[in-house]
Amino acid sequence: MNQTSASQTQGLVAETSSFAMLRTLSLVAGLSGFLVVLAYQITLPLIEENKRIAIERALFKVIPGAVSRRDFMLTAQGIVPADDSSGDGKLIYAGYDEQGRLSGVALEAAAQGYQDVIRLLYSFDPACQCIRGIQVLKMAETPGIGDKIAKDPQFQENFVELDARLNTDASGLANDILMVKHGTRTEPWQIDAISGATISSRAVARMLNDSAQQMVPKIMTDLDQLQGAGRGAE
Amino acid sequence: MKLPDQEEKITPDTFLRGLWEENPVFVMLLGMCPVLAVTNSAINALAMGLATTFVLLCSSSLVSLFRKLIPKQVRIATYIVIIATFVTIVDYSIQAISLDLYNALGAFIQLIVVNCMILGRAEAYASKQRLGATIVNGLGMGVGFTIALLCLGSVREILGAGSLFGFPLFAENFQPWVVMILPPGGFFVLGGWLLLFNWYRQYRERKLMEQQGASAHGS
Repeated sequence: MNQTSASQTQGLVAETSSFAMLRTLSLVAGLSGFLVVLAYQITLPLIEENKRIAIERALFKVIPGAVSRRDFMLTAQGIVPADDSSGDGKLIYAGYDEQGRLSGVALEAAAQGYQDVIRLLYSFDPACQCIRGIQVLKMAETPGIGDKIAKDPQFQENFVELDARLNTDASGLANDILMVKHGTRTEPWQIDAISGATISSRAVARMLNDSAQQMVPKIMTDLDQLQGAGRGAE
Repeated sequence: MKLPDQEEKITPDTFLRGLWEENPVFVMLLGMCPVLAVTNSAINALAMGLATTFVLLCSSSLVSLFRKLIPKQVRIATYIVIIATFVTIVDYSIQAISLDLYNALGAFIQLIVVNCMILGRAEAYASKQRLGATIVNGLGMGVGFTIALLCLGSVREILGAGSLFGFPLFAENFQPWVVMILPPGGFFVLGGWLLLFNWYRQYRERKLMEQQGASAHGS
């Protein structure tokens, strides 16, 4: 019985030529490629627009007192207005108040969180050399636990005036931004963790530290460029 | 060698089977990964249900159209490529519709690719049936899946966050039952619904038996 079914199967296998398999697979793969590219082309402008709106919304929330903004590009030559530069660089956003004075600079930072990369926007105020707020752009933290980094009012209080002063030779921060256990914050450069969400809290502290160590010295060097642009801000 | 004709005619049952008798979630327990993971709010559940329905419909239709062309040996590979294509399209579309929704659904959009309900439909139904029957059946299955997800999502959101579709239902001092929107809550609520469904099914069967017994006595 077994033998007959085995030989039957073999017979069936022999009937299908490699050509048929190749034909089907390449047909399906070609069709698939076409559809994916088509969907990508159609949705790309909409997705870009959505991302821009999301950043803009977060921007005015994260920079206190800002009513207008200008984009700048951080290149090897320093900070240049985004429209003038064609080269690669990190995009930074300057926010201005009603009188056209620089009220803060918003920067993007990212680090690995508990489940996926957390991306956020934070604002740096050159007047007090401190971080003035954070807005989470993208995260996949546990609902009810890790996602408190976006909303928890106690955690947000860390970023009302988080110290990010330059060190004496202006190469980095005077004090590393560090996470401390819940309720043990003593210094203005420390971040009080959310109890139960240590990994997410630490990710925020780490990305702020990494980004600020690198960006704050550059912003302070080219501060004139940022401040002078306030008149023409949209 | 030709297999006996397995093609079925389109009847109301072709559609309704997915809603009740072969409901992918409550009866067949398929696709549990998104069922448990993204049903922490009603809106996520609805979006996931619709996205899955779209992928199911499109991939089943394509499989059904190509069914005579697909050699047995490479059928699974072919199905996966077809399913993956539509998942990618859904992925882009959701990003274009709403980034907030996209962020809330996270990796589970991409994971529709491995939803065994879709592969199961392709293998067990679409590969043997005509296009029309496949579309009707797939629509039924998709609607059944969406309803099931919505059942879980709304219960979890009401209990775990005190709201439905984002609108708060209770007064300020309502203490939400947070565990319900965490992963364990998914299991609790799914268990509850399965209990309800099985209880009702058994109740109906008993009723039917009693009726048959009574009519047998009567004659």
